[in-house]
Amino acid sequence: MTAVGTSVARKDGIGKATGGARYADDLVFPGMIHGRTIRSTIPRGRIKSIRYDFDTSGFTIVDYRDVPAKNAVDLMSQDQPFLAEHEVRHMAEPIVLLAHEDKETLHAAKVVIEYQEEDPLFDPEKSTLSFKDIAIEKGNVETGLRSADVIVEGVYRTGHQEHVYIEPNGVIAVPEEGGIAIHGSVQCPFYVIKALRCLLGSAHPNVRVIQTETGGGFGGKEEYPSMIAGHAVLLALKSGRPVKIIYDRAEDMVATTKRHPSIVRHRTGLTKSGKLVAMDIDVLMDGGAYVTLSPTVLSRGCIHAAGPYSCDNVTIRGRTVFTNTPPNGAFRGFGAPQTEFAVEVHMDRIAEQLGMDPVELRRINALKPGDRTATGQTLRDDTSAHMVLEEAVKRTDFQRKRKEYKGTNRSIGLSLFYHGAGFTGAGERNLKSRARLDLTPTGVRIAVGSTEIGQGTRTMHAQIVTDALGIPYESVEVAQPDTSRVADSGPTVASRTCMVVGKILEECAIEMKSKLGELSPAEYYARHGELSVERMYEPPDWIQWDDAAYRGDAYATYGWGCDVAELELDPDTYEVKPIKLTAVQEFGRPIHPALARGQIEGGTAQGLGYAILEKVVMKNGAMANGQLTNYVIPTTLDMPELDVVMMENPYPGGPFGAKGLGELPMDGPAPAVVNALRAMGLDVREIPATPELLSTAPTI
Amino acid sequence: MRFNLNGADVDVGMHPMSRLLDVLREEHNLTGTKEGCGEGECGACTVLVDGEPVCSCLIPVSQVDGAEVVTIEGLGGNHPLQQLFMNEVGAQCGICTPGMIMAALALPDDPTLDDVKTALAGNLCRCTGYSAIYRAVLKWKGQE
Repeated sequence: MTAVGTSVARKDGIGKATGGARYADDLVFPGMIHGRTIRSTIPRGRIKSIRYDFDTSGFTIVDYRDVPAKNAVDLMSQDQPFLAEHEVRHMAEPIVLLAHEDKETLHAAKVVIEYQEEDPLFDPEKSTLSFKDIAIEKGNVETGLRSADVIVEGVYRTGHQEHVYIEPNGVIAVPEEGGIAIHGSVQCPFYVIKALRCLLGSAHPNVRVIQTETGGGFGGKEEYPSMIAGHAVLLALKSGRPVKIIYDRAEDMVATTKRHPSIVRHRTGLTKSGKLVAMDIDVLMDGGAYVTLSPTVLSRGCIHAAGPYSCDNVTIRGRTVFTNTPPNGAFRGFGAPQTEFAVEVHMDRIAEQLGMDPVELRRINALKPGDRTATGQTLRDDTSAHMVLEEAVKRTDFQRKRKEYKGTNRSIGLSLFYHGAGFTGAGERNLKSRARLDLTPTGVRIAVGSTEIGQGTRTMHAQIVTDALGIPYESVEVAQPDTSRVADSGPTVASRTCMVVGKILEECAIEMKSKLGELSPAEYYARHGELSVERMYEPPDWIQWDDAAYRGDAYATYGWGCDVAELELDPDTYEVKPIKLTAVQEFGRPIHPALARGQIEGGTAQGLGYAILEKVVMKNGAMANGQLTNYVIPTTLDMPELDVVMMENPYPGGPFGAKGLGELPMDGPAPAVVNALRAMGLDVREIPATPELLSTAPTI
Repeated sequence: MRFNLNGADVDVGMHPMSRLLDVLREEHNLTGTKEGCGEGECGACTVLVDGEPVCSCLIPVSQVDGAEVVTIEGLGGNHPLQQLFMNEVGAQCGICTPGMIMAALALPDDPTLDDVKTALAGNLCRCTGYSAIYRAVLKWKGQE
């Protein structure tokens, strides 16, 4: 029996269900003290003075002058300081760090900061500072528009979204012999290493990062933990003691990254029969006060902005701009949920204007193998837009229900979407990810930096190695990510952990199998001792990408999905009650069906929250509803029945045919829900579609 | 002040107004009870007090004087619901899982899906969309 394709026992063991699994806040080190971050209370200005309005004895106090090397979180650019020096660019920006052994004393300490306030910039449409501009050109959009029978225009808006991993951010810095160890709730241990090298310089070379059990990430623990780790390290260096920094929920919600708000404009030309002839798309994303990952979020957003449709003439312009708000960052989907919301609602508006069935409009235009995307990528056989669309329409009896629900308070809508797996363009080639397998006395150990954050990394990697090596699943161990001991397999992001890192592990296993010859791992170890195989990722050789022109093979493969939302609208309160969500998704092949289903169900729930519930209220540049009481994510009572269909269309470059899956489910629910609301006659072009928005929405 | 913790009587050394959550985690090193929000919204800190699920972040320890408190550690490691949470992938990241299990323990026999949803409405999970949690709980109750 093979491990791949079956829902084997998870490598997590029973710890998560017994309370035995150790998360950052569960760890205690001898002599450990607690750290706290003092943050700006204005959105823009200069720091005039800092006064410590408490008895400072027993406290460790750190400001920017304590930085050993460079005061910059090294990510895509080095513009964001660990601690503000003179200038404040957003609310809740870190300025001073305090540490004390007693939490109560620590939190009672009062720091008074005086500012010279300046006028903040909150409106991204008024911002003139762009972190990144993108232009994608295919054919000639003006010629296409001139040839069109019909032109449909529209503007679509999406708000911030907060990750709400149930475990808030937390990191502990522990001085150790010759260096310092960071234990933390992190998605990307090697990102933290990069940031700390910049902070500390060559005087402190021995830094390692150990991922603790991590209570959810969703992109929210991709880049921000580097900041917290830097803070904990600065306090640990100054105090000489282990320092734990655990954010409470309010701090986590107000200070850390969110999904980028977006404004997307479409101008689309079609023939009378509904064939797309020109798509002119403008994407604006609010980056917040520092660059963080905004250029790549914008990039993915732009590449997905034309949706899973074929069109000869496409222009996509994008920019992500500065505002005086906390920086926005990675969040499951990474720009694509915003732009796919826009194009999918736009497609339904086109269908309305043509008097056409929205399914038929999609059938006419959906991408097929051999079609070229906006970046000029010729799609291969693993293209499944039509397959998922037809399955979803049939399974939900969409056409009949659409007619039957007309004029009632019940409705049904759909969305068709796709998601590129792995880093964009030449990203995987440049990343040079590595994975390693070590022989053990009883089997093998996987040594990669990919993190288990709930999605099943350990289990799925072990299944791949089991089958590629032909040994029992039980004899495969997975090392806890510790940057001093595992290979740098790249960040745990971009739906790449199974497809890319899993592929390297498959190749490691094949190489190890040939080295073992006729021997089992245990026999080989007993006779010859240690053996390790480490390999680097080689993307498919056909991938061509021109980063200057933004042309070529943007992703090695794509996952495909069609979501159907059935809902009811309360005619008095305008509350949306979802009845059923059908998620039909093709992602190559599931390695572990139960975990894969969990990704789709969980991502669909986040997408539903994004659609109707999750509104970040910004006041004076900060989240005003930074509490779970006021920022509502779906509870059991908000979730409708979920019907998940997993379809297969293997990707030859993935391990056992698998594609990336993690982000795909996030792209579909919001446009499916809004399209259902549109079918009731409400002209909705924005999310979250709260009762407040719906009660004032014009009728179509 | 004393209370019964997972079957054994314990004295309280911390301040009587300390949160039960802190007493469990800091005084008794029972870190299976998690803090997700500190305001009773997420349910990650759910424990049983005299058989009733409560948010241990909301109640001062003085309120459990003389009561029986059961935490996730009190189930040992072999409770069938614990195994089902792992097998059905009702736990993904696992941070909500102890609270979710404690809340589910208070369900009556033969619950319907609606009963399960109502019982768990105070426990947030951001990973699963809840479906796998329903599957685990209903299987445990012999309803699936």
